[in-house]
Amino acid sequence: MSESLEISKESLEIAQKYQPKRRYLLAILQDIQKHYNYLPAEAMETVARYLNVPLVKVYGMATFYKAFSLTPKGKYIIKVCDGTACHIKGSVNLLAEIEAILGIEPGQTTDDGLFSLETVACIGACGLAPVAVINDEYHGNLTPASLRQILEQYQGGMEDAK
Amino acid sequence: MQNKKTIFVCCGTGCQANGSMKIYQALLEAISGLNLKVEVVADIKKTGCHGLCQKGPLVHIAPQEITYIHVKTADVPEIIERSIIKDEVIDRLLYFDKQQNAKIQSKSDWTFEKKQYRIALRHCGGIANDSIDDYIAKGGYQALEKVLKTMTAQQVIDEIKKSGLRGRGGGGFPTGLKWTFAAKAQGDVKYVICNGDEGDPGAFMDRSIMEGDPHTVLEGMAICGYAIGANQGFLYIRDEYGLAVENMRKAIADAHSKGLLGENICGSGFAFDAEVVRGGGAFVCGEETSLIHSIEGSTGEPTPKPPFPANQGLWGKPTIINNVETWANVPVIINKGADWFASIGSEKSKGTKVFALVGKINNTGLVEVPMGIKLREIIYDIGGGVGKNRKFKAVQTGGPSGGCIPESKLDLPIDYDSLIAEGSMMGSGGMIVIDDRTCMVEFARYYLKFLSEESCGKCVPCREGIKSMLKILSDICEGRGQAGDIELLEQIGAMVKANSLCGLGKTAPNPVLSNIANFRDEFDAHINDKRCPAGVCKNLTKLYIDKEVCIGCGLCVKVCPVGAISGDKKQPHILDEAKCVNCGSCRERCAVDAVRVR
Repeated sequence: MSESLEISKESLEIAQKYQPKRRYLLAILQDIQKHYNYLPAEAMETVARYLNVPLVKVYGMATFYKAFSLTPKGKYIIKVCDGTACHIKGSVNLLAEIEAILGIEPGQTTDDGLFSLETVACIGACGLAPVAVINDEYHGNLTPASLRQILEQYQGGMEDAK
Repeated sequence: MQNKKTIFVCCGTGCQANGSMKIYQALLEAISGLNLKVEVVADIKKTGCHGLCQKGPLVHIAPQEITYIHVKTADVPEIIERSIIKDEVIDRLLYFDKQQNAKIQSKSDWTFEKKQYRIALRHCGGIANDSIDDYIAKGGYQALEKVLKTMTAQQVIDEIKKSGLRGRGGGGFPTGLKWTFAAKAQGDVKYVICNGDEGDPGAFMDRSIMEGDPHTVLEGMAICGYAIGANQGFLYIRDEYGLAVENMRKAIADAHSKGLLGENICGSGFAFDAEVVRGGGAFVCGEETSLIHSIEGSTGEPTPKPPFPANQGLWGKPTIINNVETWANVPVIINKGADWFASIGSEKSKGTKVFALVGKINNTGLVEVPMGIKLREIIYDIGGGVGKNRKFKAVQTGGPSGGCIPESKLDLPIDYDSLIAEGSMMGSGGMIVIDDRTCMVEFARYYLKFLSEESCGKCVPCREGIKSMLKILSDICEGRGQAGDIELLEQIGAMVKANSLCGLGKTAPNPVLSNIANFRDEFDAHINDKRCPAGVCKNLTKLYIDKEVCIGCGLCVKVCPVGAISGDKKQPHILDEAKCVNCGSCRERCAVDAVRVR
């Protein structure tokens, strides 16, 4: 089976966990995003057919909400909190440090597919500001120097795995 | 005789980030290994936020009332050995209270707690966050039962009206009045919605309530359902709040199994159900009409009001939307009575408000205080003053819709109306303390950047106005400011406020306008002198090390990401301005304040 057929089949299975009603569009897309780490075009077409909603509406949802991405994300998703508390405690310097090390800005993924960088407006761990979350691991009270060490661990871990 | 003890481990997001789940697991293992040998029954509970997130992970032991801070897994055997099996207190793990200049055994005696008054947060930290039995043991669902068995719908609405409860999500609209509109609206099908799309950066009380005490929200919603004649509720919860979604879903399932949700609740014939909807990550969805469209499966764009949701909301049906904290107040009002609630707070703002006290403050965390308390009391008595002995500059309330309140207004009583009079607002309760190292121009730019990304783009004043203001502020921060910029900002700001479609745009210029009003000298310094007095705007900052002050400890060398600082031990260090990227790490780290702004 070709890859796009495979995606259509899988995404239909995900969609069918919900009744074919418009109100489940957001939830279905979230499940698909979680499954693939992005929204493949074939999956959006499948969902549009399943719910009998114009594809343009599905695409509209995909681009409106921050939970969705139209391109695959990296293995490690770095979310730098840029909530107010983190901001005044120097989250901007963390972003600059990541850009210096990995060459990516928020919204981008490294060429090797290892890291994606995002900013998030408050994860509610303000007591530990500034904070970054890498996949589900929280790192608090960061400085550019300590963040560099943490990133090196993730990079090193990948090489060990090879 | 058995010696029963309960260990409460805070597993809110703040403490989890500090590793509290590992401590919870280690305690479980340690206790299960002990049970056979010692006559101690220890119940270990995962709880919601205790409040003082900065000192996490927090572990509290009852009935001795011992609270430990910064607990590590390595401390677990000692806690079991000394505090569970014996009744000793481990001094090393106690909180040192600066104001009292002593180590304090129980959290209830912390100065941080003394001026607090917990209504909405009453159970957070004190019950297991995944146990309906704990909630019921604390009197949970009694209010719902009381309403169903002894009160008419009108009596419930009257009680809420009389209590003076106002919406805790920001606007402060009287809750009872809102319910009246929905109760009077025609139609068989009505809805109740919990707005858990807490998007305001720097605020996390709604998340803490949903994580730590999910049943109180469900109970509040069911009471409203009975009062207005609705049988279905939706909880719209922000996408980033995974734990809140999980706990709330479990709470709904548990309430079903006890017959407290579903058909014929408590044998009354009243039916109410609730369902979690995960948000998609859009700040504008905190606005009522946007949130409704998002639940319907569309993009979260606002529509003009009227019609108000209370008359025409979800799928065109009468709908009540209240915020999480508002819901958490409802069962208490029913249980203790409107008069009791109305006796707390100020004349027009009744009850309490939860604030997320964050930023440059010693005690960071969630605080719940009676309305009308002075800002000074929150910052100095509860918060312990500004961190690192720096100078207090301002406190920001109301998030991206609010403004900054300067030092001269510290005696302002905190309620809905006095904050609006100062050009700020209550908002959802973020309270960000700012010291002299925060640039007010850049801070205003920060909020505008956030809002320009979050503006849905439907109406032109918000979409284009915010973008234009952001461009001007960016120019000022980067050294391209010109005479007349401030006036232009004020002009565009007034236009955006007057003409935007929804609350996002109507309040978006507030952070800029209030900063201009209170800190105009900083704007002038950026524009006229090309200098950032706070040392934040990189193009307008030059750092140097004051040789007279530097003690040559070398801390700055370690934190400098570009290796710009050099010097021998115990000799004054030198900062190479050509290499320096003005990140300020050295300035933040320096213990003697030797890194200065030119």
